Amino acid sequence: MSNVSISEVTKNGLWTNNPALVQLLGLCPLLAVTGTVVNALGLGLATMMVLIGSNVIVSLIRRHVGDAVRLPVFVIIIATFVTCAELLMKAYTYELYQILGIFIPLIVTNCAILGRAEAFASKQPVGMAALDGIMMGLGFLFVLLMLGGLRELLGQGTLFADMHLLFGPMANSWTIAPFGENYSFLIAVLPPGAFLVMGFLMAIKNAIDWQIKLRADAVKPDPVKGAKRIRTTGNIS
Amino acid sequence: MIFQSMGKNSLLLALFALITALILASTDRVTEDRIAESERLAAQKALFEIVPLALHNNDLLVDLQPIPEQYWLALGLDNGGDVHIARLDDQPVAAIVPSITTDGYSGDIAMIVGINFDGTVAGVRVVDHKETPGLGDKVELRKSDWILSFNGKSLNNPEISKWNVKKDRGDFDQFTGATITPKAVIHQIAKTLEYFEKDRERLLSAINFSDNPSLGEQAYNE
Repeated sequence: MSNVSISEVTKNGLWTNNPALVQLLGLCPLLAVTGTVVNALGLGLATMMVLIGSNVIVSLIRRHVGDAVRLPVFVIIIATFVTCAELLMKAYTYELYQILGIFIPLIVTNCAILGRAEAFASKQPVGMAALDGIMMGLGFLFVLLMLGGLRELLGQGTLFADMHLLFGPMANSWTIAPFGENYSFLIAVLPPGAFLVMGFLMAIKNAIDWQIKLRADAVKPDPVKGAKRIRTTGNIS
Repeated sequence: MIFQSMGKNSLLLALFALITALILASTDRVTEDRIAESERLAAQKALFEIVPLALHNNDLLVDLQPIPEQYWLALGLDNGGDVHIARLDDQPVAAIVPSITTDGYSGDIAMIVGINFDGTVAGVRVVDHKETPGLGDKVELRKSDWILSFNGKSLNNPEISKWNVKKDRGDFDQFTGATITPKAVIHQIAKTLEYFEKDRERLLSAINFSDNPSLGEQAYNE
């Protein structure tokens, strides 16, 4: 565990151990706010900031905090970062903050963050911890964006609606409505749609992993036919 | 030995609590003004949509009249509220009344109703609701311009029995697949207009508190 490579950390966060698709952590905000791309992006960026910040600080103090108070200290650190993120969002993206509402303070309870602090950052040097924060955050953000994009497209037939909440007036014209103005498919916007789309995303990821495994197996040489086998039943003494 | 480690750990925790409290306090201090400004702008935006700047030149946000307690029930305000008064050169032009209906499909629908002093609707905006996306949320202006169909209407135009959805022989459109939501909004607007009729004289003669806060306090205490 102490000797992990940069590529391993990157691959873990983005794919193999993706916090949303594989570890299934932080599902509550993940499913609740991914009705549109802008919501997903807002929550994803906030989560990523908190994750990087908490990973770095936890790694910095890892030698000074004993086992007995480790978890309370981690929670204090995470809660501080979340509250700062909340205040900043309230100050600079107030309307988005109003839409995301309770899910910003709820980042504190996203187990992905405490999980990374405990399982990774508390045992690794600062650089690695920061990289892990970035990669895990990106992995989470990526899934949020996929969910948000798919649900927005399927549900209300638009993509990048209301992006001005995050990017200011210049984003007013970013909305795309490929199916025309009056399209809507209710279930994708409602909570069941979140579960359905999430399920399909996980299935697609598993299918890709399966294909990769099949290909890797195909490269391996076939076992030679007629090779001698050893009988292993009975008592071997 | 155990006391030593307890002491060390609690000191450590206290130290962390102190540092993080300091960080939070300074972030709060830095963002405080900016947040107040954002909140003010957000509140102002809805008010300006109803009574545009061209029609008034006072500070809508602070020109307030508290709503008397006997009207709270009709307006659905559990904790009371204030009417914003729009004035052009000190002449009252319109009143913006907060109003909440509990008859929606899911949860409360909170709106602000702007009423010109001649009794016609200046504009209505739904500010908060939990109606079904795609069906009931057409009460929002960004989803549908249905909410604009109240502009210019008053208690006698159409007559009170026509303040209903077309399905119930009223004058206003319902939404495809959603009747409860528009019905709740229509009825609440009618109730708000009725409140305004009763409280109109008081609001019309109300002094502009914002120019002279001490005077306002005095009047309120009386």
